[in-house]
Formats: sequence, C-alpha cells, structure tokens
Amino acid sequence: MPTDTDLRFERWWTRAAAIFSTVLIVGFFAAEFSGLIRLGEWLANGIAGLPAAVEAVLAHYAALTPAMLLIPLLIGGGVGAAATWFAVPGVHRSRHALIGAGLGALSGQMLTAGLRHCTYAPEAPPGEQIAGVALTALSALALLLPAWTLMRGWTGGAAGMFRRPGTAYLLLAPTLLSLGLFLYLPGIQTAALSLSLRRFPLPQERFVCLGNYAALTADPIYQNSFVTTLAITAAIVAISLTAALGIAVLASQKVRFIAVYRAVLIAPFALSPVVSGVIFLALFREGSSGVLSALLIGLFGGAPNWLRDPSIARWVIVAASVWNILGFNILFYLAGLQNVPQDLLEAAQIDGANRWQRFFRVTLPLLSPYTFFLLVANVTYGFYGVYGAVDALTQGGPPLGAAGQLGGATDMLIYKLYQDAFSPGSPVGLAAAQAVVLFILVAGLTLLQFGRVERRVTYGG
Amino acid sequence: MAAKRTKTRWGVHLALIAVCALVALPALYAVQMATLTFAQTMVAPPQVFPPGGDLLANLTALFQRQNFGTMLVNTTLVALVVALGKTSLGLLAALAFVYFRFPGKTVLFFAVLFTLLLPTEIILLPLFRMMSDLGWGEAHPRLALTVPFLATAAGTFLFRQHFSNIPRELAEAAQIDGAAPLRFLLAVLIPMSWNVIGAHLLVQFIASWNQYLWSLLIVSDPAQQMIQVGVKQTMSAGLQTDFGLLMTAGVAASLPPLILFVALHRQFMNGFSLTQDK
Repeated sequence: MPTDTDLRFERWWTRAAAIFSTVLIVGFFAAEFSGLIRLGEWLANGIAGLPAAVEAVLAHYAALTPAMLLIPLLIGGGVGAAATWFAVPGVHRSRHALIGAGLGALSGQMLTAGLRHCTYAPEAPPGEQIAGVALTALSALALLLPAWTLMRGWTGGAAGMFRRPGTAYLLLAPTLLSLGLFLYLPGIQTAALSLSLRRFPLPQERFVCLGNYAALTADPIYQNSFVTTLAITAAIVAISLTAALGIAVLASQKVRFIAVYRAVLIAPFALSPVVSGVIFLALFREGSSGVLSALLIGLFGGAPNWLRDPSIARWVIVAASVWNILGFNILFYLAGLQNVPQDLLEAAQIDGANRWQRFFRVTLPLLSPYTFFLLVANVTYGFYGVYGAVDALTQGGPPLGAAGQLGGATDMLIYKLYQDAFSPGSPVGLAAAQAVVLFILVAGLTLLQFGRVERRVTYGG
Repeated sequence: MAAKRTKTRWGVHLALIAVCALVALPALYAVQMATLTFAQTMVAPPQVFPPGGDLLANLTALFQRQNFGTMLVNTTLVALVVALGKTSLGLLAALAFVYFRFPGKTVLFFAVLFTLLLPTEIILLPLFRMMSDLGWGEAHPRLALTVPFLATAAGTFLFRQHFSNIPRELAEAAQIDGAAPLRFLLAVLIPMSWNVIGAHLLVQFIASWNQYLWSLLIVSDPAQQMIQVGVKQTMSAGLQTDFGLLMTAGVAASLPPLILFVALHRQFMNGFSLTQDK
C-alpha cells in the first residue's frame, strides 16, 4: 500500500526532475544522432534479408527425410499433451491436452530447426541423439507455459482497465523492441554460434551440430573451471547469506546510533567487484610490505603466497566477493526482519518458545521469500558478477598442474568464456557453447528456486 | 530488569562495533594507502598509520595522466541515461500490464519474464559483432554502452507489483474523469510511487556505474573508457603497480555511488519493503 510519505514531494520537484531527465536524454542521443541513423539502416537491411531467411528454412524442411521430420514433431506433441494434462486439471482436460499437443509439436520445432535436425540424422552419435530429444522436449514447453496461464482462466478483473489495446502496444513497444533486438536476437545468435566452428578474426564458419558441447565435456580445463565455479559460488553464497542474516539480526536491534551502524554495514554494496578486487589485492599483497602478510610474519614468522597458492587464491576471491555483496544481503534481510509481525513472536514467547526457537521456527521461515530472492541474486553474482574481482586479483591463475595444462585455479566459467572468445585465433563457437552452458546452469538454478518460492507461497496462503 | 537491559545493550553495541570494524577496515586501509607515495607503499612493515600527505598528488596524477576526468564524466552520463531510460520504459510497460486488457498480454508478459533469466553476460559475443557492424565501438562508444541496455524486466516487475497494490478505484476515477493513460501515469501513479522509482533509479545507476566487462570489450579508445576499466588500467600504468595511485583510483571511482547509496538507503529500503511483502 502506498503511504502518505510517498506524497511528500512537491510539484516543482517533480517538474524539475522531469525536465532535467528529458533534456539529458534528448541531448545525449541528439549528440550521437549519426550513430542512431546507422542503427536504422542496419535494421532495414536485416528486414530486407528476412524473405531469404524464410526461404532457407523452407528449403531445409523440404530436404528432410520423413523420419527426421516426424519424430521430433511426435516428441514435441507427446510432451505437450502429457505436460498439459498434468499441469491444467479441470473439465476441459482432454481438449486442453489436444491444444497442448499442437503447441508442443510447434514449439518443439524451435530448437530442433535451430539445430537443423542434425541430432535426428541417422549418423548422429547416440549421445547427441539423446541430447536432441531432450532439447526438443524442453523447447516444446516454451509456448506451453503462457498457454497454461490462459487455460487456467483469466484472473484479472475488468475494473479500472483502460479500453484501447492499441495504446497498450504502444506503451510496451520500446521495452519489447529493445529486449527483442538486444537480448533475444543476440541470445539466439549465441545459440547458433555454439553449433559452428569458427576462429576469432576469420569469418568462415562450419556447422558442427553439438560438436562444441562434446568437445567441452571432454576438456579437462573446462571441467576444472566448472568445478571451480561451483565451489567458489557455493562458498560465496553460503558465507554471505549466513553472515548477512546474523549481522541483520544484530542490526535490527533498536539501539542508539543504529542508523550509523547500518550505513557502515551496507556501504560496500555500492562498490564494484573491480574495486573490491583491487582493495583485496592491496590487503593480500605478498612480502613484508603487504598488510596481512606483515601481520602474520610478526605473529608467526611467515605468511602464505596468497595469490600464488591455488586453494588460498580461491579463498581470496571468495573473501573479496563476500565483502562486496554482504551489504546487499544485509539490506534485504533488514527489510525482511522489519516485516516479521511482532504479535507472532509474542505469541510464540507466551507458548514458551525460547529465543532460538523463536528465531528458527518463526523468524527464519517468515524470511524465506527474502532468502530465496537473495539466493538467486547471490548465485548470479557468483556466476557472472565475479568477473571484475577475478580480473583484478588473479586473472584466472595460479596455474594448475605442472605448467598450467589443467587451467587456472580461479579460472571461473565467466572469465574463461571471455578469455576464450577474444584472444586471437580463439574458437568462438566453443566460447558460445560455454555461454549457453552457463545460461542453462544459472537459469536452471533460478527456476528451481522460483518453483520452491511459488510452492511455499501457495501453501502458506 | 533495567540493569539487565543496559547490559545486553552494551553487548549489542560491542558486537555491532566489531562487525562494523571488520566490514569497514578494508575500505579504510584503501583510503590510507591512497594518501601514500609510491615509495611509502613499498616500506616494510606497511604504514597503516598515520596517513601520508599525497592524496592530492595521487588524484592530480590520475586526472592528468589517466584521463580520470573524461572517464568520470562519461560514466556519469552513461549511468544516468541507462538508469533514467530503464525507469521510464519500465513505468510504461508496467502501466500497460496492469491497466490494460489486450490480446497477447500473457504471451508478452512471459516474453518479458523470460529475460530475467537471460543476463547480458551471456549475449556479449553476438552483441559485440552487432556493435562492430554498426561501428559503434569506435565512433559512438556512448551509444554502445547505453542503447542495448534501456529495457528492464526487473524494473517492469517492480513497478507492476507496486501498481497492482494501488487501489483500482483511483484508475476508475481517472477514467470517469476522462484522463488519458499517460496523464493517469504522470498525475496519479508516479506521485504515488516515488519511493519505488527512487529505489529503482538508485539500483540501476549503481549497477551501470559499476559495470566493467562490456565496456572493457567494446570501447576501443582508452580515453573514452568507463571508470571501472580506468581503475583496472591504473594497475598496469607503470612497471610495477603503484598501490597508492591504484587505491586513489578505487576511492575516486567509488565515491559517487557510495555517497548516493548512503544518502538514499532509507528510501531504498522503503521502496523495496513496500512491494516485497505482497
């Protein structure tokens, strides 16, 4: 609910902000007008190339053998029918399943055609055939998710709705165009690139089906990078969430100067991963002029080679990252703790629950939406945001194996991906395949967490 | 009873001071190093106190030799445009999703929802190619840093959530008065959403200010770089890393978002707690 405080801003303030923003944005883009014209031309070229692309797709379908055409259609249709049958119970169950079959067959073709049906070719290796079936099934679900929402019935009321749909499309147009052009299109291009063999500056490409993915799974350096990323991310998430929860409980006490304490605790969130990386580089400097090294030398007579020892270097990355996101987590846990109803805690106290029981049985479950949100945010940070810290601290090192033939100890997936993609002669298709795997990993974890939140909220009423 | 309360309060203060010290020490040490000359950063044991007198000299060096002035202006402009753009587009999209019925709403909603899973880090390879085709990396780095990032799924959902908590009667009243949707947005919705808008602007500004990878890849002219890359460049400015200079760079690059964040963090919390509880 909006509160009175929302309305405290005076009109002149609003107007000044609006005028300032407008002038800034118009001026900014007017100064780069010739670049925007280039974008227009580029778009026009792209649209002019569409008929040829459609023709190529049609030619591809015309050349398919009946088996390669029918098997994925049946798989998509079967998945669509079955999933819809279970997802949407109700009187129209069989009719919905039939619609689901049609939509599944259709949307199963998106990934399948993207792969040029190569996994259904008789000569494809068994591993690729299985992966192809899984991808068709996954792709079949894409159109079904919104369809199920429609089948379950319209929930929004008609009250307070503006009538002209045309205006709605106009309002959505900038968002949809931008997402389509700068997120969906390059996303599809990444997937397409991951199926081809290509060396960085050269334009030649060769279609290799899932070959890049097979190469990745067989590559020990990639396997190490994968395990390193999971381990470092797990450490970052576990430490930062636990520490943030403890600190937030402490900082939610009503004591004097609490605003000052809170400001100090959440401040590092405003710093970038690069800056926290260079700060920790200074802290963990080797030799007697490094502050932590000097301290340890004074106490124990020696200090480790922080960034040259593989396992310690990983912990330094974890430390810099935890320090960087701790404030963000504390902030949200503080907000969550403020929303815990006091009467529930008092009721538990009257029932004889002690302080720990009240925390673990009442407060912690009530905080779970915040925990899940933070889990998603922290996993995302561990997989993507950490790039700046790695680049500042270790550049992926120190080397593993005698001469680094096993990769680097902190060569995390996101870092390796862009090292592989932009060094001269690098295999771009392989880098794109890494990007797709990274996406699947993080999206899978995120969906898993979303699913759990939804269940909890539904049952919790 | 009273005695016990004071005792626990002191415990809380002590614990808070300890935690704050732990969190603040790395930053304080960075500030300390920023006041030292190169020679002073090389002594053993390190000079942790007192501060040296070279902060100004370090700053001057950054502005004169490392283009920090241009980079700060660039970063401010880019971060402001991205934050304002995302907020405006998010408000418009949320208006459409909450106050309109139109064919395809569910499908479009899912199309926006799905992009929450698709972070920009995944798509930088083709985006890099697209920008090379457009020639933006060399000729229009500011466009390459802003135009692809103007839409926001997270912002759209934040505003959508907030709007759906606003009583429908307000919209009905506006419609009876014959107000157009945009007028309703400007005169009713936005004035009721300052906390959320402020929080969104703040988060997007900080995120944009702190982004590193894309500017590292796409901006070819070192003088036109974003500030985070500037910090990293300071690391390798000489034969050996000058930690005094590097820490000054880190502090200079962090002060604007830090000041904004500390000044506005209460609005930030209000903006999110209003929507999080539903």
